[in-house]
Amino acid sequence: MNLVGTLFVVALSGCAVAAVAAVLAPPRARLRLAGWCTAGAGAVGAAAGVAAVMADGMTSGVSAGAGQRWSAWLPELLPLAGVRLAIDPLGGVFIAVTGVVAVCAAIYGIGYCSHGLDGRAFQLVLPLFVAAMLVVPAAASVSTFLLAWELMAISSLLLVLAEHRRRAAVGRAGLWYAVMTHFGLVTILIGLVAFAAGAGGESFEQLRAAALSPAAKTVVFLATLAGFASKAGIVPLHVWLPRAHPEAPSHVSALMSAAMVNMGAYGIIRIGLDLLGGGPAWWWLLVLGLGAASALFGILQAVVASDLKRLLGYSTTENLGLVLVGVGAAGFFAASRLPVPAALALAAALLHVVNHAAFKTVLFLAAGSVLHATGTRDLDALGGLRTRLPYTTAAFAVGALCASALPPGNAFVSEWLLLQSLIHALPGSGVAGAVTMPLAVAVIALSAGLAVATFVKAFGVGFLARPRSAPAERARESPPAMLGAMALAVAGCAALALAPTLVVPALGRAVGVVFPGREVVSGELTLRLTGVAGMISPLLIAVTLVAAASIVLGLVRVSATRRARRAARLWDCGAGPISARMEYTATSFAEPLERVFDDVLAPESDVDVTPMKESAYLVERVRFHARVPDRIEHRLYDPLIAAVSAVGRGARALATGSVHRYLGYGFWALTAALIVLVVTW
Amino acid sequence: MSGVVGAVLQVIVIAVGSPLLVGVMRQVRARLEGRAGAGIAQPWRDLRKLMRKEAIAPHGTGWVFRAAPPLLAGTALVVAAVVPLVTTASPLDGVADLFAVTALLALGSVALALAALDTGTAFGGMGASREMTVLALVEPTILVSIFALSIRVGSTSLGSIVTATVEDPLSVISPVSVLAAVALAIVTIAETGRIPVDNPSTHLELTMIHEAMVLEYAGPDLALIEWASAMRLSVLLGLLASLFFPLGISGASTGALALLVSVIALVVKVTLMGALLAAGEVFMAKLRLFRVPELLAGSFLLALLAVAASFFLA
Repeated sequence: MNLVGTLFVVALSGCAVAAVAAVLAPPRARLRLAGWCTAGAGAVGAAAGVAAVMADGMTSGVSAGAGQRWSAWLPELLPLAGVRLAIDPLGGVFIAVTGVVAVCAAIYGIGYCSHGLDGRAFQLVLPLFVAAMLVVPAAASVSTFLLAWELMAISSLLLVLAEHRRRAAVGRAGLWYAVMTHFGLVTILIGLVAFAAGAGGESFEQLRAAALSPAAKTVVFLATLAGFASKAGIVPLHVWLPRAHPEAPSHVSALMSAAMVNMGAYGIIRIGLDLLGGGPAWWWLLVLGLGAASALFGILQAVVASDLKRLLGYSTTENLGLVLVGVGAAGFFAASRLPVPAALALAAALLHVVNHAAFKTVLFLAAGSVLHATGTRDLDALGGLRTRLPYTTAAFAVGALCASALPPGNAFVSEWLLLQSLIHALPGSGVAGAVTMPLAVAVIALSAGLAVATFVKAFGVGFLARPRSAPAERARESPPAMLGAMALAVAGCAALALAPTLVVPALGRAVGVVFPGREVVSGELTLRLTGVAGMISPLLIAVTLVAAASIVLGLVRVSATRRARRAARLWDCGAGPISARMEYTATSFAEPLERVFDDVLAPESDVDVTPMKESAYLVERVRFHARVPDRIEHRLYDPLIAAVSAVGRGARALATGSVHRYLGYGFWALTAALIVLVVTW
Repeated sequence: MSGVVGAVLQVIVIAVGSPLLVGVMRQVRARLEGRAGAGIAQPWRDLRKLMRKEAIAPHGTGWVFRAAPPLLAGTALVVAAVVPLVTTASPLDGVADLFAVTALLALGSVALALAALDTGTAFGGMGASREMTVLALVEPTILVSIFALSIRVGSTSLGSIVTATVEDPLSVISPVSVLAAVALAIVTIAETGRIPVDNPSTHLELTMIHEAMVLEYAGPDLALIEWASAMRLSVLLGLLASLFFPLGISGASTGALALLVSVIALVVKVTLMGALLAAGEVFMAKLRLFRVPELLAGSFLLALLAVAASFFLA
């Protein structure tokens, strides 16, 4: 067994040890023991992922690289097929991301879980969830993949439901999540089983070598795409995401949003680009279109959301949408025979996966810290946390800067890379490219602009100014374990933002799994694209920015005649001191955008006037409701749920309670089945 | 070497000249409206006055409020150093990418919007909310226009785009360039807060965007913000001039005389554009806030047409 395999097995054993510790350890030591074991397992898992990416680079020839990869077949572990594992650089990237997120989440959990989440069951499931997420990108056969996928779904569902006794909304969110994730499992199952049947074997190598008819390939692709899109929170299958993310404990939200949803993107890359080997251009235009729709819809919902974690959940939909724009563009370019932009687009998509994982971990952990300190997620009731939670505020500021794709944040680099790939594709990609590429650029730009507004709102309204409610006023900074985990995630963001040149070449190796034999970028301090013109130096941007701001400060110091700052009242129009009720809230901040995108968002408002009993002219109470419902949920899912419930109610007439009737049903069903078999066989 | 000298020169020209540009624009307006005007050096006199006043820390504001003015001015300085105004051979070519420049300008706006929210007043929130709305809607137009301009060159590096235009000046007279120029001109007006999107001389709270955000600033902080706004205006006008009329910009290896000519060309071009903009403002009223998205949607359409034209005419 080579280094990658050893590390990977150690990581899985670490998860197992954590699970055992959670069950056996005494309550007082449970949190620390399980938490540190999971964190250690995550760290080793991340090392395994990195080693898998690096090992391939040392023998960069295609065939030699394949020899270095770790793979294992354990026929006795499962009946019939056994467990088949293999880690290539593409899987390695996702394993590494999962591992690092798990480290942050596990350490954070030690501080976060001390109030009510320190039970055996919850602490047992968390390491299992991490283990499942580590196995999914390493699975190398259909049965192993599906098993790990389902383990990931079930364990995450249990984690989402952790606080169901405290809030009724948790149960509803869990139901939505259970239905959507199992819908996804069923479609993936159908797709992969059909694929394996057509290929005559279930290991990924056999699938890769299979020669399916184009129609069969399309069926496999569309079925798996539906399942993976539902996991990635892609419109219109995103409905579980803005429900489950706010209701789950915050470090679970971070794990789900930064690590689990990535598996959707992984699945599309693995099945579509790797195992099916590309395909017609329309597949990938479909992926690109879904991604673009998700990016826009997600960020539009995020910009009007006033629940902090719901906002972050919709932002996940947006970012995974951007990733799918990259994946779709990569597939489309490959189908149009443009290898350079294809590799560039896929590298951009992978870089965005990594960047999104980093900043979303920071943001969810910081949101959890706010929730821990104030007990509310409602931005309209927050504010003034800058002085009360200084470290959390700083962490959220970094996360928000990264998420709004501005320099010197990390998402700026990946969006820049993505835009470069779209721009450099134009001359060769035909009419379809000429129509879609500018629109894709416009979608990315609009979503970037709205993301800026979203995170200015989340940070400015949630953390700055003065507190808008009593709980926000009483907020206290979180325990050191939570702060340490946030600091770790912030360090990851900073490293990715300043030195993407260390990460992108490694991602280039992962891209090499799908589009072999090509380097994407070069350069140590400056990101230089190979094959096309284009370069950027995030480090230089950051350094010049700091230098310029210092020069300005120096100039002010030199030229200002009076140094001391005088405290003064805010301008209150002479009407007395300003109260917190006069502040702009998150809802009022988003109102202009809500009005601009009125036709898309379809906000609802309702005025409810209750007159006094004595007179119709005197008003006792006026109540105003305004909300922005998820329109897709409204239009697509409500009728569906209504129809299913109607069928269910109708079916009650079949069950009258008469045993004779039930026996009759059994008899007729059996007879009908036999008749059908006789006639058709 | 001349690249470094050019970059330093253009930063100095912008830093010193931008308040004068604002002065010229105010003077043009004043004369057209039948007033005498305060003279073109008035903005510098205002800045000197503000620098002499003491700095104010309004109650309840913190590090975000203090950090915003230097950050805003810092982004403006960085952009002034990398945009090809005097020379196309900026030593900071890892920054001189059109996306990076746009994002840096947006970063300045974000810093100011956060500072406005930090004050906790209704004015601050109102200004921040409106500024972010305009920013979000301007972004697609800018990026699609960049797309249109970069197709011809095959790169989004500002240096390459301008160099290509210098080498083939007639390429500007194409539908692509004209459409992109109009689109970029509209978003420049929106970004710099000029009429018809915002009125820089109003202090009527219901209509203002930029002024509402900086209401709590005084003294040296306000001086920095005013100076940075002037720099942003001149850099964006200069960028527009360089992209569509790059006459006189010097390349990688040129002498001192050529650099001098470039500086004079820059000053003349930007002053002319500023005067034109000011003259236009006299004849126009500010749009209602909720009509602004229509204007921006129009400019987006022009940008999209520019990309379409670049494909079908190629």
